[in-house]
Amino acid sequence: MMKENKDIRVVVGMSGGVDSSVAALLLKEQGYDVVGIFMKNWDDTDEFGVCTATEDFDDVVRVCNQLDIPYYSVNFEKQYWDKVFTYFLDEYKAGRTPNPDVMCNKEIKFKAFLDYALDLGADYLATGHYAQVRESNGKFKMLRGVDSNKDQTYFLNQLTSDILEKVMFPLGALPKSKVREIASAHGLATATKKDSTGICFIGERNFKEFLSEYLPAQPGEMQTLEGEVKGKHDGLMYYTIGQRQGLGIGGSGDPWFVVGKNLKENILYVEQGFGNESLYSDELTATDLNWINPDDVSQTFSCTAKFRYRQEDSAVTVQRLENGNVRVIFDERQRAITPGQAVVFYNGEVCLGGGTIDKVIRQNQVLDYVG
Amino acid sequence: MEHIYLDHAATTPMDKRVIEAMVPIYEEVFGNPSSVHAFGRKARQLLDEARRVLASSIHANEKEIIFTSGGTEADNLALIGTALANKHKGNHIITTNIEHHATLHTAEYLEKEGFEVTYLPVHKDGKISVGDLKDALKDETILVSVMYVNNETGIIQPVAEIGDILKEHQAHFHTDAVQAYGTLEINVEELNVDLLSVSAHKINGPKGIGFLYAKEGIKLNALQFGGEQERKRRPGTENVVGVIGFKTAVEVMREERGSRNQKYEEFKQLFLQVLKEEEISFDINGDVNNTIPSLVNISFPGTNVEKLLANFDLSGVAASSGSACTAGAVEPSHVLSAIYGANNPCTTNSIRFSFGAANTNDNVLEAAHRVAKIIKRLVK
Repeated sequence: MMKENKDIRVVVGMSGGVDSSVAALLLKEQGYDVVGIFMKNWDDTDEFGVCTATEDFDDVVRVCNQLDIPYYSVNFEKQYWDKVFTYFLDEYKAGRTPNPDVMCNKEIKFKAFLDYALDLGADYLATGHYAQVRESNGKFKMLRGVDSNKDQTYFLNQLTSDILEKVMFPLGALPKSKVREIASAHGLATATKKDSTGICFIGERNFKEFLSEYLPAQPGEMQTLEGEVKGKHDGLMYYTIGQRQGLGIGGSGDPWFVVGKNLKENILYVEQGFGNESLYSDELTATDLNWINPDDVSQTFSCTAKFRYRQEDSAVTVQRLENGNVRVIFDERQRAITPGQAVVFYNGEVCLGGGTIDKVIRQNQVLDYVG
Repeated sequence: MEHIYLDHAATTPMDKRVIEAMVPIYEEVFGNPSSVHAFGRKARQLLDEARRVLASSIHANEKEIIFTSGGTEADNLALIGTALANKHKGNHIITTNIEHHATLHTAEYLEKEGFEVTYLPVHKDGKISVGDLKDALKDETILVSVMYVNNETGIIQPVAEIGDILKEHQAHFHTDAVQAYGTLEINVEELNVDLLSVSAHKINGPKGIGFLYAKEGIKLNALQFGGEQERKRRPGTENVVGVIGFKTAVEVMREERGSRNQKYEEFKQLFLQVLKEEEISFDINGDVNNTIPSLVNISFPGTNVEKLLANFDLSGVAASSGSACTAGAVEPSHVLSAIYGANNPCTTNSIRFSFGAANTNDNVLEAAHRVAKIIKRLVK
């Protein structure tokens, strides 16, 4: 017999933002037994004992009281530090550009937090992500959110069918504007709250300053690939492939861009012009592959891929290698592929999974200078 | 699902008789007790009467009762008020590291203001030692503040012994009796205390009212300024309705304290009995033989407070813990840390169950079964 919605407990991960507030509201309207939980992953208490988490939790409390649902909080600072932040620092140390949101979804939100929700007797975990879950023949697929500008499947590429079975994304079928509208119409306390930007633990702070608290910055030389010295850099970790801002190289002609890093000799490679040849590649390899439904992908297949969040899809051919990694061959050459970022694969609206970009290849040559 | 309240140490439901005493005051007595007319006098009369009842409940005289908004304000007034008034005699204050935050954070404030504060440790039985107090005492000590009953563990502190030691010392002796008042007979003469804080809502009275007993002759600076109420020590128009509710709660409590204590002890035993029968692994924090009957603090190894409390609440059992977990900040219980050490797991896996007027044998048994079921599910 099917359970009635009122007998189905849905734990909603609530951040104090408008998205998760509306997610909880929609579930409540559908009659579920909704429980709001605020997750604290990072201690940003300042010298006055004030931390943004307190204000965010206060917003969660106000919204939950408006919805008349119970609310609690849970602390995952230790797990976050061990599983996400350590990885984040290690990647920077290796000269790469990590994606902590992907790791946070994999290790915290849809692992530690999901377990926690299940321990509270939850049937489902819901979040305010813009993505959709669809069942077909007992398998659970993840589809892009209908608001293509907001779609967050890129960050969710490490989920699996087993996890999606227990997950709800109530906002997946809505455009962001509609979400704001619903929040306003219901007078939710968070209706006009600004969306959070950037990496959660850094918040509004200066990224450089933040990173320098954890990793020693080693200034060095900026050079062209030919070895011409163009200036000084503040530390390789502060730069990412394709970056234009903050190089401080004057002179005439086209602007300068970061094209690579030499970790051993602490050199930042720069070249001139947006379309500079050295920024382009035609293949990559990726590690840490996750296939949401492994049966959906064959040994070699064509699909589309994203190499960064909010980028248009590009047509690719994926070759699965024996060691579990993949080789991804681009139909058209790509600019500024960045090791450490996620490559995520799609078949139409369906997200197939993804991995971490490792090597960047042009004309069968691994671009060592990219890292 | 029946919601079962096992958090009477946090607050209590108001007794029907208390409400019945308050309603006519709301309806009929609105005068300002300071006014020089019949309306004011009526209110003043009720206030005086109540003050006498409250004073006699601790064997004090009515001039020694200062109405406050509750226990926190009483503690603040006791500590800051005496510290400021006796600054010329010395700047040393002694308290303990298991006090309620109303005392602890006030002591920390006084430290910032230049006073030296000694925080007495507690021993494995959850009590401070009189020897430690003697050692900490200096000629310049002006105030000693030790709570009567700890709010998290229910452990009774050696207040009478401390009073005895301080008889011959200049230091004033304050005790926070907020958790003690409902279960222990208090005699300020016998205890030799100079200042004592009490709150109404812990004894089935209304929220927003409490008192500070301040022995006649004690110098106490006011912390707020205005009219002449409470002999200028606590200006502001009196909460007459609250005071009447408080008075009634005290009358009922004094009449029923003995039988209540018996009943609460029975609830506690029933509760623990079920946990034992269900073969739940647990430890009681503190010395059970030196604890008030209405409270038990239990450690459940292999669990954690945030998950326990959420599960209890979702299954309709209301309890609490000393470890704060608002906004996801995990602060281990400062009381259990003081007793067992900061790294002891019990500081983050202990729950306080406190019994009272909302309980019956049946709902205590039911709650115990729900708790046992949850622990079994969580400790795999």
